[in-house]
Amino acid sequence: MADAAIELVGISKSFGPVKANRDIHLEVRRGTIHGIIGENGAGKSTLMSILYGFYQADSGEIRVGGKPVPIRTPNDAIALGIGMVHQHFMLVENFTVLENIILGAEGEALLGRSIAKARSELARLEREYGLEVDPDALIEDLPVGLQQRVEILKALYRGADILILDEPTGVLTPSEADHLFRILNQLKDQGKTVVLITHKLREIMAITDTVSVMRQGTIVATRETSETTVEELAELMVGRRVLLRVEKEPARAGAIKLEVKNLTVKDGRGVTMVDDVSFIVQAGEIVGIAGVAGNGQSELIEAIAGIRRAEFGTVVLDDKPIDVTGRADPAELRERGLAHVPEDRHHVGLVLAFAENENSILGYHYESLYLKGPFLNIDAIVADAEDKIEKYDIRPPNARLRTANFSGGNQQKIVLAREMEQDPGVLIVGQPTRGVDVGAIEFIHKRLIAMRDAGKAVLLISVELDEIRSLSDRILVMFDGRVVGERGPEATEGELGLLMAGVEAKEAAE
Amino acid sequence: MEVFNVLLQLLDATIRVSVPLLLACLAGLYSERSGIFDIGLEGKMLGGAFAGGAAAAVTGSAWLGLGAAVAVAVGLALVHGFASITHRGNQIVSGVAINFIAAGSTIILGQAWFRQGGRTPSLSGAGRFEAITLPGAEAARDIPVIGVIYAELISGHSILVYFAFLMVPFTWWVLFRTRFGLRLRAVGENPAAVDTAGISVAWLRYRAVICTGVLTGLAGAYLSVAQNAGFVKDMTAGKGFIALAALIFAKWKPVPAMFACLLFGFLEAASIRFQGQAWPMIGKVPVQFMQALPYVLTVVLLAGFIGKAIPPRAGGVPYVKER
Repeated sequence: MADAAIELVGISKSFGPVKANRDIHLEVRRGTIHGIIGENGAGKSTLMSILYGFYQADSGEIRVGGKPVPIRTPNDAIALGIGMVHQHFMLVENFTVLENIILGAEGEALLGRSIAKARSELARLEREYGLEVDPDALIEDLPVGLQQRVEILKALYRGADILILDEPTGVLTPSEADHLFRILNQLKDQGKTVVLITHKLREIMAITDTVSVMRQGTIVATRETSETTVEELAELMVGRRVLLRVEKEPARAGAIKLEVKNLTVKDGRGVTMVDDVSFIVQAGEIVGIAGVAGNGQSELIEAIAGIRRAEFGTVVLDDKPIDVTGRADPAELRERGLAHVPEDRHHVGLVLAFAENENSILGYHYESLYLKGPFLNIDAIVADAEDKIEKYDIRPPNARLRTANFSGGNQQKIVLAREMEQDPGVLIVGQPTRGVDVGAIEFIHKRLIAMRDAGKAVLLISVELDEIRSLSDRILVMFDGRVVGERGPEATEGELGLLMAGVEAKEAAE
Repeated sequence: MEVFNVLLQLLDATIRVSVPLLLACLAGLYSERSGIFDIGLEGKMLGGAFAGGAAAAVTGSAWLGLGAAVAVAVGLALVHGFASITHRGNQIVSGVAINFIAAGSTIILGQAWFRQGGRTPSLSGAGRFEAITLPGAEAARDIPVIGVIYAELISGHSILVYFAFLMVPFTWWVLFRTRFGLRLRAVGENPAAVDTAGISVAWLRYRAVICTGVLTGLAGAYLSVAQNAGFVKDMTAGKGFIALAALIFAKWKPVPAMFACLLFGFLEAASIRFQGQAWPMIGKVPVQFMQALPYVLTVVLLAGFIGKAIPPRAGGVPYVKER
């Protein structure tokens, strides 16, 4: 077709035994926003990395503007007018915006003239697309929303006609994401082609013209966005019907299980990350803490779970205080019925080099059930792990497999199974579904609701606003270390988004 | 006047002993700014010193000695590059290996070729870099203070001394005003950003370690062909490590690197100058104590006086494309 900006014909790519892409056929029309949606591990990022020349396809052909082209390096892609905004920004943090923009596109051996040229070019792009950013600011001083803008400017500076964005909203607040979408629409109006990779259905519906769904390395369907529904796309992604809203009864809150009073926590650099935070969690309710990553949520749950020392404040668990400013001990807290699913499963929740059954008892390994005299009772441990595997549908069902070989969603289930099966009175969960695919999200959400209905107190921290809203009975919003508001589950996304951006907090201060 | 003369001599000696430190320190700067840690500065300097001394002795030309020193040091730098860039090996292990290779092979080859207990034959005449008298130095000698400083301190060093100090602004210029410098700094901070910008990470890092090789070769040649008249075994005596300490002390910046090297050089010069001197109240200080001073200072400075030294973020980590 004449108006195709990019055509992929029969692209396949394997990493060892893993087939990341299988016989992909895709056509992106010029001047449109084309969404590619799929679960994590569906092969979206691999496909785009092939298009950007980061990897070579094992077979297949790429056509740009109707002509077959070899793309062997990012340079080839850049020369063809393809620009990419990576999920993890490819920026040098202690460089200025200008230095980042000219890196690789300097033009000549001395920097003087290329910097001057970039400065005027940047001013032009700023006028044309409303992409304002201080050219002399250091990247590390910019908020993530602006860092992403620098990435977009980098691509445009190199003359990109086709812009690929890989999970661009993962790090943004709802209002920053809306701003990004306005920018993308503007780019489309200027005749640019945008490819948007995401696993968020809402974004696909909000902004794309066409959407392709990927599952297990292949494209299973391509639809006009206006002619499809969220439910259809979700079903295509997972291969079966999914429940997008969690069905639950109203909470029946009971006794106070966890009480946090005036908690103040500093990070390693001495910066106050949690500032005078107080709240309670009752039995039989889920309290969600919403906030943009980095506003103190992580430090808050680490302090409560006893793995980070607090400066000041008290935490009371079942009417008995936890020594959060002194020698709170995670092992002791676990015995007192406080379970913790850490945010970072790779570094805190699991030892990836261990076998699944070893991870499934980590932290509880001293319990008599798992011991035979001074030794570990391997048979009992494996049997116990297999039990959890069945209950939590962990795949592949092999308790002796190295944990690193499980997918993200299944690794998360290993941690959840370990902590939930101890039947704790209080469960602290950090980012329970980060990097987890839709099918597993549904499962994890149901388990959390079941915990609540069994009368447990659940404290949930998540950067996914949808997750907070659909699970929580009460929502606390954290901004800059403080709880800036409490809302019920009926709070709108816009309302929470403003709180998360600190809008109300700032107004109150003035 | 007596104090002034002592000070002048001390500063003059400081410059002379600082030069190999400075060259090695700038050498390390290129490599480490590109993300390749280099603990093998010592070995490359030693290899360069031996090659320089040997070639100058055989050919009778200081310049050919210099060329040989640079060639050998670049060769060793490429070995380090091959291990740590191409094969993504551990950079510390590779650096230590180079130190051992240099320490052992210089003695063995020296003994096999020259049979003087690991020394190279004494150099004289064109076999050495002689001191250069700057224009007007003799005339200026009679002008008090400024003239004397010019004649004694500024004039009368070998060409490598002037070269070393000119390398400081030059390195700054390369790092912050050229395309190569921009990319070099970028690859030490975030090689993935460089890769996605369509620049070869490996080739960039290879060029950086070649710069390191050239400068360590010059440092080695200075030791055996300019400061001394021939190679003596283990003549670098830990200077490569002091240079590394100075580099960290200077937070990987060229101008602070020069001052750090001058400070370490001053301490070394002082320890030589005041050897065996009796001090009021204290009496005679053992030679060993004075000799240990620069190293004690290194530990003290690195342990707390410089604030937090943040190395290039990708330093020491081999670059592997993410999946």
